[in-house]
Amino acid sequence: MIRSSFAPGVAPVLGAPKAHRSFVMRNPSVLIFLGILALFTLAVTLGAEATGTGALSTSFVKTLGMTLCLCLVAIAMDLVWGYCGILSLGHFAFFGLGGYMIGMWLMWERTEGIVLSATAAQALPPTPDELRAAVGQQIFGVVGGSEIPAIWAFASSLPAQLALVVLVPGLLALVFGWLAFRSRVTGVYLSILTQAMTLALALYLFQNESGLRGNNGLSGLQNIPGMTHLPQSEVSIRFFWASAAALAIGYVLAAWVVAGKFGSVIRGIRDDEARVRFLGYNVEGYKLVIFTLTAIIAAIAGALYYPQAGIISPAEIAPIASIYLAVWVAIGGRGRLYGAVIGAAFVSLVSSWFTGGQAPDIDLGFYVIRWTDWWLVLLGFSFILVTLFAPKGIGGLVDVIRHKVVPDRHGADLGPDKGSFREAEQQ
Amino acid sequence: MRLIRAIALAACLLVPIQALGQASPIQDLLQEHGEVIAKSSRKTIQPAIDALRESGLPAAQTVMERWQEKDLWIREADGAFFFVEKDGDTYTLLDIATGEPAGTADKSELKQLKPNSGIRGLIGAALVQFQLQDPNPASRRAALDAIARDPEASHLEALRGAIETEQDAEIRAAKERMERLLTIPYGDTDQARVAAIRSFDGDLGLDVRAALNPLLATRTVVVEGDAPEALNVARKLRPGGEELTFDDAYELLVSKDLAPPAVDRTAKRVALEANAENGLVAGFATTDLDTWTERNRAYDELAARGVVPADVPVEAQQEAVGAHSYYLAYAEPSAAITDAARRSLASIETGVMVSRGIDITLDALSLASLYFLAAIGLAITFGVMRVINMAHGEFIMMGAYTGYVVQQFVPNYTLSLVVALPLAFAVTFAAGVAMERLVIRWLYNRPLETLLATFGISIALQQLAKNIFGTQARPLTAPGWLDGALVFNDVISISYIRIAIFALGLIFLVLLLFTLNRTRLGLEVRAVTQNPRMAASMGINPDKINMLTFGLGSGIAGIAGVAIGLFAKVTSELGQDYIVQSFMTVVVGGVGNIWGTLAGAALIGFFQKGIEWFNPSNTLAAQTFMIVLIIIFIQFRPRGIIALKGRAAEA
Repeated sequence: MIRSSFAPGVAPVLGAPKAHRSFVMRNPSVLIFLGILALFTLAVTLGAEATGTGALSTSFVKTLGMTLCLCLVAIAMDLVWGYCGILSLGHFAFFGLGGYMIGMWLMWERTEGIVLSATAAQALPPTPDELRAAVGQQIFGVVGGSEIPAIWAFASSLPAQLALVVLVPGLLALVFGWLAFRSRVTGVYLSILTQAMTLALALYLFQNESGLRGNNGLSGLQNIPGMTHLPQSEVSIRFFWASAAALAIGYVLAAWVVAGKFGSVIRGIRDDEARVRFLGYNVEGYKLVIFTLTAIIAAIAGALYYPQAGIISPAEIAPIASIYLAVWVAIGGRGRLYGAVIGAAFVSLVSSWFTGGQAPDIDLGFYVIRWTDWWLVLLGFSFILVTLFAPKGIGGLVDVIRHKVVPDRHGADLGPDKGSFREAEQQ
Repeated sequence: MRLIRAIALAACLLVPIQALGQASPIQDLLQEHGEVIAKSSRKTIQPAIDALRESGLPAAQTVMERWQEKDLWIREADGAFFFVEKDGDTYTLLDIATGEPAGTADKSELKQLKPNSGIRGLIGAALVQFQLQDPNPASRRAALDAIARDPEASHLEALRGAIETEQDAEIRAAKERMERLLTIPYGDTDQARVAAIRSFDGDLGLDVRAALNPLLATRTVVVEGDAPEALNVARKLRPGGEELTFDDAYELLVSKDLAPPAVDRTAKRVALEANAENGLVAGFATTDLDTWTERNRAYDELAARGVVPADVPVEAQQEAVGAHSYYLAYAEPSAAITDAARRSLASIETGVMVSRGIDITLDALSLASLYFLAAIGLAITFGVMRVINMAHGEFIMMGAYTGYVVQQFVPNYTLSLVVALPLAFAVTFAAGVAMERLVIRWLYNRPLETLLATFGISIALQQLAKNIFGTQARPLTAPGWLDGALVFNDVISISYIRIAIFALGLIFLVLLLFTLNRTRLGLEVRAVTQNPRMAASMGINPDKINMLTFGLGSGIAGIAGVAIGLFAKVTSELGQDYIVQSFMTVVVGGVGNIWGTLAGAALIGFFQKGIEWFNPSNTLAAQTFMIVLIIIFIQFRPRGIIALKGRAAEA
């Protein structure tokens, strides 16, 4: 257990009397991160069209806001994988579910507004039933129906849908996690099982009978009811601020969780589950808590992401998205929270740069490499290289720099899967 | 006039051979009915057709066919009948008995017979008899098929006449069956029809169900008091129930003029809107009219003022509906026949259920063998190396593309398949070995990272395939002898490709069992599976075993790819469709054991088909349910159906 206090992401505090030092003092990285995030937010605010010079286009501000949400879900992934050792291939499903829950309210309110303004010209005001039928026709006409499914019962109430953003993914994670952990499914088995859960959810949402518009998904989410009088540039910067605030809160929460005793136990579970169990800890309980907590964080990130993206469809939930999430965290450096943020921001921005057609093509003379075609090949191979040669990811650079200043007495790191073992300790 | 005609006709018949030039029994017969034929009226033509049909003359069939095709002509001079061959303006006459040329004639001398559709139908019905007795068996079969497509009452008689003389046992059976089928709707007596219906008890043919189902067609009938005797009642309906809503019942009354029409909500709305003035309708503010209570009151007020027709009050509607009884009645008047049809259909239903069960079982077997082929490679590598290969699906895709490329060079489909199978194995074996040497072996003891690294390979390979072969689907054509299906009856059938895949799965099961249990390599593989360190101390080189196992697993994936490519379109996403099912198969079956994989594949195949049985229209839902069931299954056997025991299980 003592070893775990050496885990990456937590500054080594050997011998320091913990009780006398505040949480922030023990985790200087949190302060640094918050400072950088604040500076970044300020810079974007000054550059945005609505609040500043207009150097950054509205769509770019949206992209940045969405990237912050992806950073938040990456933190959740890092907590559950990098710190607890559960390679969940389902956290993007929770992210999407959060998006669906808020999307239902956005779509309902907006459609109701449209229907009301359309019926204002008629001689008779619509009855509540007629209003519902018209809204149902508007929303579900595309899947060949006008019946309003039971799951839309709370769609007209924002507080209810906000509660569902937390409750639906949270309960799903709780039930799934309870089933999986109590039968001691671990390692790759668990990964495959979470992937199966994601696939089941995606396939379910693909059906028209799911009541969530099948493969059409929910659309028009960028039009926020109550903000329709504002231009999109204003809406985008507000969502950017909200995303930045959520990321800051999520980061501090995650740092606080992993800094305490709870964090030590989950790192212990990652390093040697059986040993932690023999020490008397309720391993399944700890896993369930961290699994559910991260699912909720992911859902909140999704609820902030999709109003900026404007559309959500079941394809977003497909298992591959969750694997990409793991890839971001691995490239950024798992087992350290800022690593997850760096990975998500770096890979998703670079990915949109390459696939957006902005990257210059390379002319080899006999063949022209178009990055829209070759980006995935590059990503795949660079990912293999990172796994093979830099298991600590981009975040590992921080260690390199730090060890230049303070020599590492414990020898080389053996990689995250060996826990906090160092070369010198293994002798 | 008539007399003169008759005399002329008689004269014609008596005219020496030279005069007509082509007197023959068939010509005589036609002359006998010349008048009605020339008149060409549906009401009077029947005797002429009957005479032709019953004449037994060899030329009768041809004449009727040509007649039906509007190719029978009359020479106006003497009323003789000819076929005509047009050649510019000259018309060559053909003798109707022999088809020999019989001189020429000018257009004006001839009259073409143009039977209307009614007469053509009668001729066609009469022709059926000839076709049913045609010496050529193929024509007789074609005639039966024609009857089956479009049965008529008149066919029954012709069919009965054609059974006795039938020599071919098979066609005779078909004729007898068709006779019974036709008796169901067109039989003379109820007893005969009932007998025909009951003779089909348990028969699974689609044609039987097509003949029986119309007998049970129903309609809703409304009467005052009890049902009349003549009505063949299926059951009494209660208005307001599932089958007959209150509104439907009232509408039925209105349509039978048994009740005054009610004003529906749409009409009321329109009336209210039409009478709205300055925000007021009949003294009600329009803004208040957002409930139906208020709207009804406003409408009644309008009606009281005589502006709109009065609505029928709900109480009056209820009274009217309550005063009548409603029955679901068969269109078929005879209760004996509907009872017989119901009983027959019930017995057929049981047979169909059994057959469908067998059919689903066969489907499930072939699906299971497909999953087995797709997953066994994964299971072997996972068992030996504890490595989940996310790129396994891409190896399947690679195998399928290998098959496609081979077909570009070897045009013979059978030969190309013979070349493609080992080549696909070789290609994916090499790819697997390369992957193991370059990536996997550096990541032993880091299973989660292996999973992700192989995922990196997976996306790279998939995109590479897209760049090389494009995004459109490529065909991998199965050889001709794999086309079609093995048909047992109208319900049970299985395509030959699926049988071939089943056979392929069986071959690989046997091959792998032999390799693992009877060869040196198998012994070493099993040793490494159970305990790599111990195996290493016994002189086995785990490195080599790992490499070979990985190659073997990948090679089988390539073979599976060729098999899958035969019935699915080859795209770069081909592997993705099977990879999760393969994972599930491994997880459910348990690792490191061929029987485990077999059990897992069987379980998943039967699960999936079983769910599709209950909900055949929705395969997406079937997959969702299957995955949920698997997650629940894992609760009870977390290590799979056949789990490794002892220390190896904890590795």
